[in-house]
Order: sequence, then C-alpha cells, then structure tokens
Amino acid sequence: MTSPTYTYPEGRAAFPHRGLVGIAGLAPHEIHYLLDEAEQWVELNRSALKRSEVLSGLTIINAFFENSTRTLLSFEIAGKRLGADVVNMLVAQSSVKKGETLIDTAMTLNAMRADAIVIRHASSGAVQLIAGKVDCPVLNAGDGQHEHPTQALLDALTIRHAKRGFNGLRVTICGDILHSRVARSNILCLTSLGAEVRVCAPPALMPADIERMNVEVFHDFDAALKGADVVMMLRLQMERMQGQFIPSPREYRYLYGLSLDRLALAEPDALVMHPGPMNRGIEIDSNVADLAGRSLITQQVEMGVAIRMACLDVLTRNARRVEGWQ
Amino acid sequence: MSSHAPLTITNGRLVLPGGAVTPGAIRCEGGFITAVGEVTAQSGDMVHDAKGKLIAPGLVDIGVFAIDKPAFHFGGITRAALMPDQNPPLDVPARVRFAAQSGKPDFWVHPLAAATQNLEGEKLAEIALMRDAGAKAVATGRQWIGNSGTMLRLLQYAGMLGMTVCTRAEDGGLVGKAVATAGEMATRLGLPAAPAEAEALAIARDLTLAQMAKAPIHFRKVTTAAGLDLIRTAKTQGILVTCGVTPAYFMLSDLAVSGFRTFAHLSPPLRSEDDRKAVIAAIADGTIDMIVSGHDPRGPEDKRLPFTDSTPGMAGAETLLPLTMSLVRDGVISLGRAFDLLAANPAKLLGVNAGRLESGAEADIAVIDADRPWIVDSDKMAASAGNTPFDKQPVQGRVLALFKGGVAVKVKVPKA
Repeated sequence: MTSPTYTYPEGRAAFPHRGLVGIAGLAPHEIHYLLDEAEQWVELNRSALKRSEVLSGLTIINAFFENSTRTLLSFEIAGKRLGADVVNMLVAQSSVKKGETLIDTAMTLNAMRADAIVIRHASSGAVQLIAGKVDCPVLNAGDGQHEHPTQALLDALTIRHAKRGFNGLRVTICGDILHSRVARSNILCLTSLGAEVRVCAPPALMPADIERMNVEVFHDFDAALKGADVVMMLRLQMERMQGQFIPSPREYRYLYGLSLDRLALAEPDALVMHPGPMNRGIEIDSNVADLAGRSLITQQVEMGVAIRMACLDVLTRNARRVEGWQ
Repeated sequence: MSSHAPLTITNGRLVLPGGAVTPGAIRCEGGFITAVGEVTAQSGDMVHDAKGKLIAPGLVDIGVFAIDKPAFHFGGITRAALMPDQNPPLDVPARVRFAAQSGKPDFWVHPLAAATQNLEGEKLAEIALMRDAGAKAVATGRQWIGNSGTMLRLLQYAGMLGMTVCTRAEDGGLVGKAVATAGEMATRLGLPAAPAEAEALAIARDLTLAQMAKAPIHFRKVTTAAGLDLIRTAKTQGILVTCGVTPAYFMLSDLAVSGFRTFAHLSPPLRSEDDRKAVIAAIADGTIDMIVSGHDPRGPEDKRLPFTDSTPGMAGAETLLPLTMSLVRDGVISLGRAFDLLAANPAKLLGVNAGRLESGAEADIAVIDADRPWIVDSDKMAASAGNTPFDKQPVQGRVLALFKGGVAVKVKVPKA
C-alpha cells in the first residue's frame, strides 16, 4: 500500500539494536524500517492462511508482570503467526515480591534459553533493567509510565496507511498524559517522523517540562483540536493516580471528552485513535469511537499484530543467522 | 583517662580554628589535645610524622543511617550523628544509650533522638530521657512532620531542652510517592516526580515555626535555590537556623538518573543544574553550614531494582572529604572553611568538644593528603555497600592516618 520511504543500509545496519526498550534512541530511518517491514505482515494477516515459518523453532516468552489483555494477545498472535513457540508467563504484581525476584525471574527465563522475551511491568525502567541481564532480545510491552514502543509504532503504521505522510501532520494527544507511556512513546515517535504533536490535559495530568519533548501544550481541548489531522485519545489511568486529579468522570468528560461536536473543530477529515481499552462515555463518546471512516481504533489493533511480527522478526535475525544480520 | 601513651604528630600543616593553615605539630595526652603549634615530642610519646601533610580535625558527620566504621574511618570521620530511622527506631532511651556506645572506642556515635514515637510524626517521643541517655539532637527522621501543631510543640520542647531539631525539608503532600524532581528528565523517564518547590514550602513553614518557638532548627539537606534563599534571609532575621548538604547536590544534577541509575536515587531527589549551582553559591557565601555524607549503604536487594522500587540513599562516607576538597581546588571555599563545614560546625550543632584543633578539645585528628589522587570504585569500597553515584570518578584527597581520642585508628583500605 505504502511504498518504502527510505533506502536502508544493508543487513543489520538497518536496525542495529539488540532489543526494543523504547522509541528513545531510535533514529527516524530505523522507525521507518520497522514500519516498512510490517507491511508484509499486514498483507499476510489479511490473507486466508495467516502463517509464516520464519521463527519456526524459536521460543518467545511473554512475561507480563502487569495485567494486559490486548497487548498480550497481540504479541501471542504475532509470535504464533511467525511459527514460534510462544509461552505466556502472567505474574500479577501482587503475587510476586518485587525486587530481587524480578531479576531472578529474568535470569530464570534466560536460563530457559528464550529467543526473545516480551516484558510488561508496572515500574518505569524495569524492562531496561531486565534487558541488561539477559542474553536474548527484550521487547518492551509497556514499563510503568515510561514507554510502550510497539504501541507508538502501530499507531504510526495506522496513520501511515490512512494519511500520506507525517511531515507537518498535526496530531493532538488528549488525556492522562502524566501517567501515559503511550503518550511518551507516541510523542517521541511522531515528532521523530516529522509530525507536529499537541498534548492536551488538565495541569494535574500534564508532566513537567513536557514541552521540552517538542510538543505544544494545551489545557483547552477545543483549542487543541483546531486544525488537528489526527486526534488520539487516552484513557484516565485511575489505577496509577495517587490522590485526586480530577473532580469526577462527568466533569472530565465535560472538558475533555471527544464528542461529535468537538470533533467538528478538527480538520474535516480528522482521524480518531485510541490505544484502548476505551472508557466509552468518558474520554470518547460511542458515536465517535464507532464513526466509520474516521475512527481507526480497530485498524490500530490490526496494525499492532503486524508491527509486533516485524519487531520479533527483525530482532531475532541475529540469532537465526540471517545473512547480513550476524 | 586513656591508658595510651601521649601522642605527638609532628611536621605537618595544621588546620587551625579560624581557618589558618600553618606548619606545626600537635600533642595529645589523656585523649585530649594539650598543645598546638610549636610543639616538640616528649620522651615516651608516640610520635607520628605527618611528612608535611595536613593535620586536621577528624570529620564530624550528621545524619548518617548506618554505623559503618570502615567507611567512616576511610573517610576521616571520627564521629557521626546517627539518624533515628533504625529498626527499631531510636525513640526510647534504652536504644539511644545502646547506640551511643556502639562505636566505641575508635568511633563515636551520637544518636539523634526520634522526634516522635515510632517516627510517625504524631506523638512526641521522650526527648529529655533520650537526651540524658546520650542523644545530642533531635531528628524527625526520613519523614516530614506534616502536622504543623506537632512541629511547633516539638520545636518548643526540644528548644527548652537545649537540643536542635534536625528536620527534612520536603512538603509531604507535594512529594507523595515521588522519586524524582519534576522536570524534563523525570518526564522522559516516566518517573513519579514532585516539584522542587516542595523544599522551599517546607522550609518556609518550619522557619516560621522556629521563629515562633525561638528554638534552633537544622535542615539536614537543602538542595534548591529557593530553599537556600529562605534560609539566607532567615539568618539575617536572627532565626536560629542552620543547614547542611551532601556532596551529591553540588556535584550532580538530575541528569545523573538517566538510564534509571538507582545509585543516583537519592532523597531528596537530585535537582536541576540551576539548583546545583545555587548550592555551590550557598556554600561559598556561608548560607550552608555543613557538608555531610548522608551515609546510607544499600546493597543490591535495595538498589538492583526498577528505579521507583529502589530505596533512596548513597554510601557517602568515603567520598565526603575528597568531593569537598574539590570545592577548595575550584576556589569556592578556603581549606580552613572546608573543615568548618566538615568538622567544626557539625560539632557545634551537636555540642561536642571536638571538630577543632585546640588545647582542651578531644584529640580526634586526621592526617590528610589533600591532593592525593584516587578513583572511586563501587566494587572496592570500605563501606558495607558500594552504592555511590561517583563510581569510576577520579577524586583527590585521602586520609593517611586517623586518631580517635589521641589513639591511632587502623584505617582499613579495601583491596585494590
């Protein structure tokens, strides 16, 4: 659908990283490379026989220290469609003692000779900590409030399919920016690709000095929507809030809920995105979430599988002794 | 009276009260300094040749979290005021009495009495009984006392007993569970963060309360420009305030936490570059009264964790002297003033007869090569844990010999 934007260096030089801990540290052409690599998997996933044997014989462990439904499922499907043996290890945060146990768990997974480990953890930096202790590639499936790189990549792929390109594209991200790893990864990814990113939240949900990440800061949602090409809504992360950040969901919706009336303030062809899970009737009205041709929410889920397949493929090429990747 | 032979340290450069540094010798007898300056050893004396190096008072540290003698001795520290945040806390006289004895004979521990029972910030602890059991000052502990009424009564009561209240300068409501200072670095890393103003807010309240109580207050670590400005002004108004800082806050900014480095997870968290420069200015102009180690050795079980789950604190005893010496070399302070910050002023706060080289003072003496280079190595520390943010950093200044009460202390140098 979209032809490759770049010519890439040969072999491993196209994506020289051992794992995917965050968007921070990725060059724009490396992001494009992953997006381009994902295109073949988009096509495969749309075909009747959704199966490749690229990762046949490899073991991928999804170690989720924090609850997840869609991301876990997406990684599991991605691994299986590539022919890998996928094992899920679900550890509710409450039942595992924090601390040394995390490293010990990582060492245990390492000793089982996983070929890639996908990690989600409630603490910022936890994935980087584990990545430093294991021999195989580590993929970040969300660490605390830090990063969620595959979400940003799938969002970029979704946008790339729906819009011509990223240069000058105005993207408004609205919601609980403070607690959102999705926001951080998307800001890094989209600004890196040339988009103009606006963030919108009440002051209590806006992290300090966020403008240093090359975004424009808004507290007034209507103003943030004017001229927007893409509107990305985020969920209120009640579970991460210590203390009261907003008076009530009703009041939050009044100021920051995306309704059809509000959407009309954006560009006429503005697209609506949401990483899920949605709180319908709070940050997004149902008739907006389901707006055919404008809401990309199901496409995001579709692109998620393809992006994760691309990441698993690219990051295991070294171990699979793919020519030029050793 | 000590049964040891009298000691004469010859051929050194004496760091004298008032800041003068002059060639000379020092003689000690019965645990006390008996003569300073042009002194000759008498027959029967132990004689130590300082070989032209500095003869300085042993360092007096305030607000350490563990008694870690090898680290203190390595760093030239002969006395340390121990935080009440022990397990169990130092909130009853018996524990204070035990802690006060725990370093002898070659190290003196001055326990800080817990201000409130179980350090919960609610009910006053038995401060008078703890004073008479050996506590030299009162401390609120790691926690800030949120209740202003409790804090006022504490200051009044401790002031009546002639004890300074050592407090933490961070407004608990603003800080919550933050582990970093709000700013670009915390935002990029996604770390729970609190505004740096939490410090000035706490200082403003406590200065007002100290003024009302007409009682002395000491802020253990003041780390922001705004907080230091308040203290600078308060001193001109006659409020009985002193404050300290650790070298981390004049050496490092919050850039040091990049990569989620838990050795740079400190409390209060590292600040901005502007605040770092303000700390240096406040050391230079006298607003800051003392530089302390904040020694808090923490092993992998506390530090090899995701940043937010790790315990704050650093092993600081070994790097206190050399990092303070860097301020001397940079022309921020004089050599004499360095030892006011490291020894005389802390001793004065605790009301102990040490921290200065003069007749009648207890003979706690360090022989120091202020220029000797070495490299900090977290794997080879004298401390019980190597959690230093200064790993692999070249520094200058090393203790060559240490004397507690006129008796030589064996300084254990970690294997190279």
